[in-house]
Order: sequence, then structure tokens, then C-alpha cells
Amino acid sequence: MEDRMNVEVRLFATLSRGRFESRHMVLRSPCTLRQLMEQLGIGEAEAPLRFVNGRFANLDDALNDRDIVSLFPSVGGG
Amino acid sequence: MSGYCGKLLRVNLTTGGIGTEALDPALARKFIGGRGLGSYYLQRIAGPGVDPLSPANPLIFATGPLTGSAMPATGRYMAIARSPLTGTIACSNSGGFWGPELKCAGYDLVVVEGKAAAPCYLSIRDGEVALKDASGLWGRLVSQTTEALLASFGDPKARVLCIGPAGERLSPIASIMNDRYRAAGRSGVGAVMGSKNLKAVVVRGSGWVAPERPEKAEELRKILLAALKDNGITGQGLPTYGTAVLVNIINESGVYPTRNFQGGVFEEARANSGEALKEKYLTGMDICFRCPIACGRYCEADGVEGGGPEYETLWAFSADCGVSDLPAVIKANRWCNEYGLDTISTGATIACAMELAQRGILKPEEVDGPLLAFGSGEAVVEWTRKMGAGEGLGAHLALGSYRFAERYGASEYSMSVKKQELPAYDPRGIQGQGLHYATSNRGGCHVRGYLISPEILGVPEKLDPHRTEGKAAWAKRFQDLTAVIDSLGLCLFTSFAMKVEHYRDMFHAVTGIDLTSEELLRAGERIWNLERVYNLASGIGPEQDTLPKRLLAEPLKEGGAKGMVNRLGELLPEYYRERGWNEKGIPSKERLALLGLE
Repeated sequence: MEDRMNVEVRLFATLSRGRFESRHMVLRSPCTLRQLMEQLGIGEAEAPLRFVNGRFANLDDALNDRDIVSLFPSVGGG
Repeated sequence: MSGYCGKLLRVNLTTGGIGTEALDPALARKFIGGRGLGSYYLQRIAGPGVDPLSPANPLIFATGPLTGSAMPATGRYMAIARSPLTGTIACSNSGGFWGPELKCAGYDLVVVEGKAAAPCYLSIRDGEVALKDASGLWGRLVSQTTEALLASFGDPKARVLCIGPAGERLSPIASIMNDRYRAAGRSGVGAVMGSKNLKAVVVRGSGWVAPERPEKAEELRKILLAALKDNGITGQGLPTYGTAVLVNIINESGVYPTRNFQGGVFEEARANSGEALKEKYLTGMDICFRCPIACGRYCEADGVEGGGPEYETLWAFSADCGVSDLPAVIKANRWCNEYGLDTISTGATIACAMELAQRGILKPEEVDGPLLAFGSGEAVVEWTRKMGAGEGLGAHLALGSYRFAERYGASEYSMSVKKQELPAYDPRGIQGQGLHYATSNRGGCHVRGYLISPEILGVPEKLDPHRTEGKAAWAKRFQDLTAVIDSLGLCLFTSFAMKVEHYRDMFHAVTGIDLTSEELLRAGERIWNLERVYNLASGIGPEQDTLPKRLLAEPLKEGGAKGMVNRLGELLPEYYRERGWNEKGIPSKERLALLGLE
């Protein structure tokens, strides 16, 4: 099972509507953030703020086993 | 000169003298209005170094040329004085409807000097201005004061600005409240008002703010409304969830200060976020004058209701105190609104006391109320009330975290800059924001140069929050632009969707003053330097351009910024260079002359 990995996906604000807030997913390795988002049906523009393990991530970053992926729509305030 | 009323109201509480003064158009062009013009008058009237709680410290309410105009989100005014909390300039911004009403009554600024012999309030009905007895209102809460004044004024459309009991008791973290739930929260402007025996300012105006170029203004208004609506932050995030929409993203980034900045990840953030608030406690929206963003909230829990909580408030009473209890946050927020206390400084002071108790520095026998233990919702509610009422240890807590911790020789546990409590972003994982905290002209504060926007939110472009490169230039640009926005009388949130050119165009359409974008930013830089010079002359030197030791020396232990501290030592020299100041952080005479500040 070396080609499988476990990733936790967290969706926030409007992204969780009709989807989920947090889910552990088993993904086929290798998998990029872009591929994961395609699988979830979340477009690039819908989730412009993307973090892996608390750091801002690029769409082509490869995911690793036990990563935490956090996705946000445009948010701001203060 | 459209946009401006062209008139200042001057009130001397010692003599009871009331008069008006014409606004010099050259000053308007140079300092714009609001924050800039108010800061100019503060210096002209009192000069630096004035005792903040003495009659000699003027209290200035300043609107901008766009306040009350048809442009979007123009409900702002500033309260300006020397701060009893920081010793720096105090310049506290608030929204709602009071600022626009003052413009409609015909005044750009109200300058209050001296001290009344007995509690009084100022009543403004267009040109009819009077000082009236407020002895029956002294000691009353903000809601009671507001109701009573509206009834006696006899016009439900009047707008009330007032202090609560905390301001009367001269708490250096006391706010000025307007329209019941809106706060000029920071730097203790409420105590300055209390020191003058001034309980309230009630205003009703029948005029309106006519633009110089009506057709251009209308065209611009439509374009900007569309821009605010189309922007994800101002068109969706803020209207849907309020400012507390930030809780999760700041927490996921590992920079959500937890338990008095002992950590950067709050394990219960999701249950205490803007999303959770909306789902369980939201009862309505609190919308400011002509604002399409509508970020303000009304919430209710266990029969307690009121405005808020905002993101910063929610953080201060929740994560910073380790509390997972939204009803407790709503109740503590209510006490702040009623007693007139700044929510950031109040929550952060309780958090500081909790850490002192955790370390055994604050002894249980001194604590004449609920145990000051991280995680206690009961403690945040009751200690907020005691701070407002000045009861027992609450009276000491109401001095703010720095002065409270100093009593125990432990000021390093006050998470403050220039004695003002830091807001809800840990600068160890957001390098530029740390530089801004250290250099803000009013001490620990996020809204003088909100680098969270590029460093976390990706607006106007995404910067790596963990890097220091280029941040000094970003800090300067954001600080200067913010000075412009605060001086125009606009809400800072417009900057998520607007660029400097938009501000230039609005200023032009409303006032007829045609500046280039560079000239407008240069005015912002002028205002920033004016404030800096005031602080330096008031004895607040560059050695105070720093952060609490913890944030420079103790690395974060978990999350995306694990292992990091703020690298202020790298950032500060570059910032001074960017500002054209010498290596010690002092603006040169040449630089000041270049900015028109001799």
C-alpha cells in the first residue's frame, strides 16, 4: 500500500457548505494540491487561500502522508 | 471647498465658552481631514508632553471630507488626544452614524478643551450648541445614558456619543462609545473625556455633504459599490460572517495568539469562530452609515444581547484567555460596551493576569472574584464587569496589562507595545506585522498598517509571512495609505477592494482637490511623520519601537510558524531607512522640510 497516503482536509466558511468541515481522506500517491481540489470539486478561484500544515501552499505542491490541508475562500476583516 | 463644512466647533469646558473657527483650506489640502487634521490641531493647541488627564489635553473629534458623503463606507470619525495609556498620540477611529451626523450639523471638527466643574454634556443641533448638566447621568451605563439623552433631546434621529463608568473613573483602557455599540476603543480616549467631566456629545444635523463634482461622484459611487460587492472579502466574507471570519485562517496559519501569546494555535478555534457565531448566536447585522459591507453583528446568548463580537473581541476573550465559550464572549463584550472599555485591552489584560496567576506571581488571596485561570468563561465575564465597575482587583486590572503586571515587577508578561495591548495576530509567524506593531504611532495596534492583508490574506498580493525581505517598504506604504484613509473619513475595510487611485478619485470628486496618487500618499507620509514627531517630543523614544521579549526570544512551539520568533532586529533598520529617518529612528530636519513639516 505504498502508493496510498492519509490526508486531513479542512474546509472553512462557505467552502464547507454542502461538503464537510473536516475529513480524513485516503489519496493515491503522488497527488498534488490541485488534484485533491479537483477531486473535491473545488475550483482555484473558489479557494484562493490554501494551506498545507499551516503554510501557504501552491497548487502544484505534492502532498505527503499525514498532511493537513486547509482551504479558505476570500476572507478578511480585522 | 465642498466635502468640508469649513468650520471647527471649539468648546472650552473650564470657561463654558463655545465658538466656531474657519477651517484654513491650505491645512485641509495638507492634512486632508480626520486623523491628519485632528493630529495637527492637537499639536497646535497643546504641544507634546501635556499631561493626558489634565485640562490642558484637548480632546478632538475629527471627521474627514468624505465622512457623511455619498461615497460608500463613509461613517467614520476619529477621537484624538494624548493617550493616558501609551503617552503617544491617541487617535481612535469609530463608525456608525455619529460622525456623519456631526458633518450634517456643519462641523468638520469639535475641539474640546479644559475641564468642567461638574459633569456635563455637549448638545449640538446645527448651529445651536450648549453645554448641559449631566450629573444625573454620571455613573450610568452606555445604554442608559444613550436612552436618557435621546429622550431629553426630543429627536429620535439624534446621535449619541458617550463614555461609560470606566471613562469616568479614568481607566486608561476606557473607550468612547457612539450609537450604543460602536467604539473609539483604543488608547484610553474615554479616560480623557472622563477627565474633562464630559459625559456625552449629542448631535443632530439637518444639512448634508454635497460633492463638488456631483456627476463624477455618482459615477464613482456606482463603480466602487460594484467593486466592493464583487470582492470576495467585502462582498461575501464580511457580510456573511463578520470580522470573526478571520478566526480559522489565523489559527490554521499558527499565529492565533493563545493563552497570553504562550501559543499560536487554539485547539477550540473552530467552535469559537465567525462561522459558529453565525450558526448559533447571530440575531442581526449592525450596519454603519452608507456601508455595503455590513460587517457589524448583533448577537444574543442566554438573554444577553448587543453589538459584536468583532474578531479582535472574540479572540481577546476566547483564545487569549484559553476560553471555549461563545456565550461568555458575548457577555464580556456586553460589559465592555456598557462600561465603555476597550475589548482588546480588557481581554488581553485578563489574559495577562491569568498568566501571572498560572506562574504563581498573582496570589490566590489577592483575587477577590472568580479564579483567574485560563479556560474560565466565568472569569472573563465577571472580571470584565469588575474592571468596568472598578471593584477590588478589577480597579487594578482596569489600568491595563502593563501597569497591572508592573505592580508585580513582571511587565514582561504584558503582551503590549508602548503599554497598549497587542491584537489578535502573533508576529512571530508574520514578520511584517511585527514590524508594524513595533512602529505604530499609537503602540500595539493592527489598524495603522494591516500587513495581515498581504502576508496572510493575499491582498493585494501574497507575501510569505515568514520572510522579512521587502517588508519594511510594505509597512511604510500600508502605514501611509492607512493615514490617508483615516483622514478621508472612510472605513479601512474599503482597502480590501480599493486602490490608492480610487481614494484619489473620491477625494477629487467630493472636494474638488485634485492630487496625484503620489501626492496623496505623500500626505499620508506627512501625517505619519507628524505623529512620530509628536511622540518623540512627548518622550516616547525609538527605544520603545520594540516587541515584548517573548515574541523576540521564545519560538512558537507548534503550527505552521513552529520554531519562529519575530526578527525585528533585521526589519527595523531597513524600516528607518525606508522612512528616510536616521539610524536611530529620528526624522531629519531635511526630511521633515521635504514633507512640509518645519
